[in-house]
This record gives sequence, structure tokens and C-alpha cells, in this order.
Amino acid sequence: MSDSSRLHASLQPSPAGHPLRAGMLLLLSALVLFAVGCAKKVPPPPPPPPPAATPIAPPPQAAAPVINSFTAEPSTVAAGQSSTLRWSITGATDMSIDRGVGAVQSNGMRQVFPRASTSYTLTARGPGGMDSRSITVEVASAPPPPPPPPSTPRLSSADLLQQQAQDSFFDLDMSEIRADGRDALTHDAALLKQIFQQDANFSVVVEGHCDERGSAEYNLALGDRRATAAKDFLVQLGVPADRLKTISYGKERPQCTEATEDCWQKNRRAHLSPGQ
Amino acid sequence: MKRTILLISIALGSGALAGAQQISAPVVKNGEKPSIAVPDFRGSGDVQNFMGVFNTTLFNDLSGSGQLKMIAKTLYPVQVPQQPSDFHPPVNGQSQGLWLADWSGPPANANYLAFGYTAVQNNQIVLYGWLFDVRQANPGSAQLIGKVYLGSLDEAGARKVAQQFAADILKQFGATSLIGTRIYFVSDRSGKKEIWSMNYDGSDQKQFTNYRSITTFPSISPDGTKIAFTTYPVLPSSRNANASQFGKQTENLGQPQIYVHSLETGRKLVYYNQQASMNAASDFLPDSRHLLIFSTANGGFSQIYETDLDGADLHRITHTGSLEVEPKANPRTGMDVAFVSGRGGTPQIYRMNIDGTDVSRLTTGEGDAVNPAWNPDGQHIAFAWTRGFEPGNFNIFVMDVASRDVVQLTHGAGRNENPSWAPDGVHLVFSSKRGRTNQIYTMLADGTGLQQLTTQGTNEKPVWSKATQ
Repeated sequence: MSDSSRLHASLQPSPAGHPLRAGMLLLLSALVLFAVGCAKKVPPPPPPPPPAATPIAPPPQAAAPVINSFTAEPSTVAAGQSSTLRWSITGATDMSIDRGVGAVQSNGMRQVFPRASTSYTLTARGPGGMDSRSITVEVASAPPPPPPPPSTPRLSSADLLQQQAQDSFFDLDMSEIRADGRDALTHDAALLKQIFQQDANFSVVVEGHCDERGSAEYNLALGDRRATAAKDFLVQLGVPADRLKTISYGKERPQCTEATEDCWQKNRRAHLSPGQ
Repeated sequence: MKRTILLISIALGSGALAGAQQISAPVVKNGEKPSIAVPDFRGSGDVQNFMGVFNTTLFNDLSGSGQLKMIAKTLYPVQVPQQPSDFHPPVNGQSQGLWLADWSGPPANANYLAFGYTAVQNNQIVLYGWLFDVRQANPGSAQLIGKVYLGSLDEAGARKVAQQFAADILKQFGATSLIGTRIYFVSDRSGKKEIWSMNYDGSDQKQFTNYRSITTFPSISPDGTKIAFTTYPVLPSSRNANASQFGKQTENLGQPQIYVHSLETGRKLVYYNQQASMNAASDFLPDSRHLLIFSTANGGFSQIYETDLDGADLHRITHTGSLEVEPKANPRTGMDVAFVSGRGGTPQIYRMNIDGTDVSRLTTGEGDAVNPAWNPDGQHIAFAWTRGFEPGNFNIFVMDVASRDVVQLTHGAGRNENPSWAPDGVHLVFSSKRGRTNQIYTMLADGTGLQQLTTQGTNEKPVWSKATQ
């Protein structure tokens, strides 16, 4: 009894739960302990039954491999383009694709580059047999190349200038732009704008020339006026002035050396040449 | 300041007028020339081999001076003196041998006689040369020159002693010898126009510049130490730039610029060119320290400027809207400038003061008149004019600037340009296209004595300098 009261007393400071329910639990567990202490005298329980024997599966009859899917995406390509083969296989131990693709895993993808329409065959083998499936990648025949561009190979700016620029011609001892010179320079202005647009580093020298009949000194100064007059005209038509430089050759570089009016006229000119 | 300049120019101008009255033209009239006999000299020993060169040089130098009337050798007496002791005065009207009157009388009718001989001495040529005024009464008073000249024992030595003797003779007549003077000119015989130089007689032609471009317009400083010219600099890296598959490949040239070189070292001196589409050298002022140039430094028409020798201290002289080129300073005054202007339409020759004032046209306005060149006397100019001919067919004229009287020296033979006076003031060098190419000729200021100095390539723009390179 003293134990019980002692137990009971010891319950008092228990922080947990309801003191009354805790006391009840202690009482019950004390009764159980008492009862166990008395069980030594009860006959042992019977051994448990042997575990139930698992049913023995019949020796497995191996399943045949199955190709779940085999696709080519896209199924039509242009020569040289790729198509992606994808597949999914179950139950195979040995899987391969022909046409040089070779052994593959049960799930995978591979890019192929057929040159012409090609059938790819996926073969899956396993203990249970084999499966195979084929897929064809169509190669569309290439369209004919476009006809060659009508123009000859692209000209350098210098060649373009030298082929297409027109000289402007002057009267004897004059540096005024004539009507035919205006036409030539108008044509040249369009050409220069085109060239400068294509070629950011290109610049042009406006040369002034004279016929042989004046003095070399006077012609140097006259050629300078002719070059300047031609340059000013081009600038008026919108050609950037900073891409044009003038130089007078006076009568030092005639393009014609006969002593005829035809020849003199050819030499009284402003001429465009490639700059630095 | 302006008033001072004006006063000076008036004073100098009146002086020039007074001078012009004394010397009406630099052209020496034939009748006024002293006559001289120059018999062939003989040599002894090894020098005999070079006497051909010697006699030719002596005769040509005297003849080419334009100052003397050369007596034809066919009129000479048979007996020729070799030294003064060969003369023997006649006794009682009887000839005792050679005598002065043999030369002063007919048929030779000479005023002067150059004679002497050569020999070898210490392995050198020695020339004994005399000049006699054969109109004198005796050899003692007749002798004007009696001198010994030494040269190397070869052709060059023979030529040298002949030239020195000729120079001494010419000095007796107040003529400036041209011996030792050089003519600078432009030749394309190397493939490109470069400055060359040669002796006054066309010998010893040498290339001076090597810019491999277009190099032209030479002018020589009056002190003979510098040359200015105009060249198109070859732009760096342009030799292969802009190669074209169609056009012919030419290197890029820069805008024409003025270069100044030393004639003593040949080296380029510093000259700062103006930022301009063209800068061209034209002439030195008489002080040899300033240049007259024509340039587009103003951004418009070519105008005339004066600069220092290094291009600094630029002064603009003309202010027009027409072409102004070829300024040439009066070598005597330095105060007036002859130049070519297009202000009246066709190029004509004008004059102005060095400050640009008092401009007047010298030529009549006919044709094209270009290339003014001052005579050393500061009173005459030579120039090229197409008056009376088609454009481009220039002839050489000489004008007395004060009176504007002109003498035409060439008359349609070829195309004649670029006259330049010799230091003696009586010779002109000029270029003429008489065949397929321009060549350089000299002549006397009366149009006679024409000599062709060049044959190789095209040659032009001669300037006659006192320089003795």
C-alpha cells in the first residue's frame, strides 16, 4: 500500500496530462505488472504457424520484344538536311538500326543525313523473339540553282569609276562647265553617290587637264579651275565634298598627243580617277 | 611706308629710263662689234693631239659671245705670229717679216688679234696667249693680254685653258663670260620629268632631281646657292593602290608643291607649302631670300604671293578673280614684278610694284603672251607670244619695258617658249619644238647664233644661272 501511496504521491508533480487520468494509468499499469508477475505459471503459446509458402511461378515464359514506336521527324527532307529518328523498345536485348546507324539503346534518338530517300529498319531481338519496323525518310530532290546573275563579277569601286565615269570637256582657255559637261557630271554624280554608298572608304580625285597650247604655268592654274568647277558642280548635286579632291595636271598628262582640234578638245577636260 | 616704296620705285624707274636711253636694246648691232682674228694655235709635243679641241673651243667661245665680229680665216695672212717677238717693224717701208699691219690692213681688216702657242711643261699643258690691238703703232702699246695658262695634259685641260683665255679676251670688251655658268632645265629622258643641268654649251648634262613624278618650273637664286621648283609628290603606299583590271595603273600623285634645294649640297631644304590645291614656284627676289610663287592658297583662282625661303611670312600680292601666274622680279630693283594674268581674257604680260600697286599691261592684248624673263639690266624682258600666229605657236620676243618696243627673235620655226637670259645679258636660252620633241637652244638676243644644246628626250623650261657647279 505504501508503494501505491508513494506512487500516487509521486504523481502529484507530474507535469503531463490530467493528474487524475495519469493516476489511473499508473494504477492500471501496476495491476498489469502484478498480473505479469503471476503469468509464469501460464503454459507457453503455441508456435506460430509456418509462413505461408509463396506460390512458385512457373519457369518464366520470356516475352517477345516489342517496338513501341519508331518515327522519323521530319519524314521528308532536302538533300543534306537531317531527320531525327526516335524509337522506344521493350523486351529486347539486342537492338540496331541498319543503314550504318548501328546498335542502339531501347529508347533513343539519332540524326541521319540521307542523301536520297532511305528506309531505316529498326530490329529488336530478345530471348522472346524479335521485332522490326521500318521507316522511310523521303529526300526531296534539290530545286535547280537560280540562273547566274546577269552582271559579271562585282567590280571594284575603282573599276566602276574608270569604266563608267564620263569626262567633262571645256572650251579653249575656259573653265566654265558646258551643257555637255553638265550632262556628264550629272551622270557622274549619280555614279559617285552609288559608289560611295557601297564603299565607305573610297574617295575620288577630280583631275583638271588642258591642251598643249597654253604655257605650262598658265595651264596649271587653268586646270585647277577646271577641276574645281567640276568638283563644285558634283557637290551641288549632292556628292559629299569631303570625298572629292582636286588636282591640276595642266598640260602634263595629255590623253591625246596629236596637234589637231579633236585631240586638243579631248585634253581640255575634267576627269575622275580613284583617290587614295 | 607705302609712300617710301613709291618714292623709291619712282627714283629707280627714272634711273631705268635714263639707262634705256643709253642702251636702246641689249642687241649688239653687227656694225658696232669689234673685229677679231683668231688664227689656229699650234702646240708642241704631246699637246698637239689636243689642239683641235683647243682651237674649236677658243673660236666658239669668242664667236658665241655675240660681242665680237669674227674675221673669216680665209682672209688671214699666210704667216701667223706665235709670240710678240715674231713681229718686226718694217724699215723704211720695207717689210722685215711679220707685222701688226698685216692684220689691221686688208683683206683681214681686224681690230684685234689673238695669238700664241701651247707646249708641255711638267706634264701639263701650258698656253701662252696674247691679245693685241693691231691698230697700234708697236707691239708694246698693242698688247692687251699676255698671260700664261696651265691645264692638265688631256682634252679637258686643253678645253679649260682655251675657255680661260677666251674669258679674259671677252672681259676686255666688257662682255661677261658664260664659261662656268650652268643651265638648269626639265628633261623626261629618265622616264619622268626631272630637273637636269648642263654647261652653257650643252656639255656635261647631269640629272639633279630624282622624284620620279612630274618635276618642273625650276628657278635659281641670284646668288647661285639655291633652286626652287614644283613637283607632284608621289603619295606613300600609292604605287600599287587602286590597281585596276581595266585602267592603266598609275601611282597617285599629290597636288603640286614647291620644293627648295641647296645647289651646294643638292639637299632638300625646308619649305612649308600652303594648304592649297596648287603651289608653284616662280622666281627668287634679288636678295635670294624671298620667293615669288603662284598658289590657290586663297581658295579661288591662282594668285601671286611672296614668301620667305622656307615658305613662311606669306604675302598676297594680287587680288583678282582671274588667273595670275609666273611672277618674275626685276633683278635690278626687286621692286617691280612682271607676270602673266588672264584678267583681260587671254593671258598677257603685266607689270606691277612688288606690293601689287600700279598694275599695267605690257603686251598689246593680242594672242597669248607668257613666260616673261628679265634681262639682267632690269630694263628688258624676253617672253613668248603668239601674236600673228595660231594659239600655241609661240615666238620669242624681247621688249624694252620702258618704251614697250618689241623685237621678234624667232619667226615661226617651231613652237618657241621659256626664254631665259644668260648672265651676260646678250644670250638667251629657250625651248623650241622644231621636230617631234621640245629641245633647248641658245641664241643671241638678235636671234642669230642659234645652237641646239639637247637631243635626248623632251627638254624644256631652261633657266640660265650664274652657278658654277
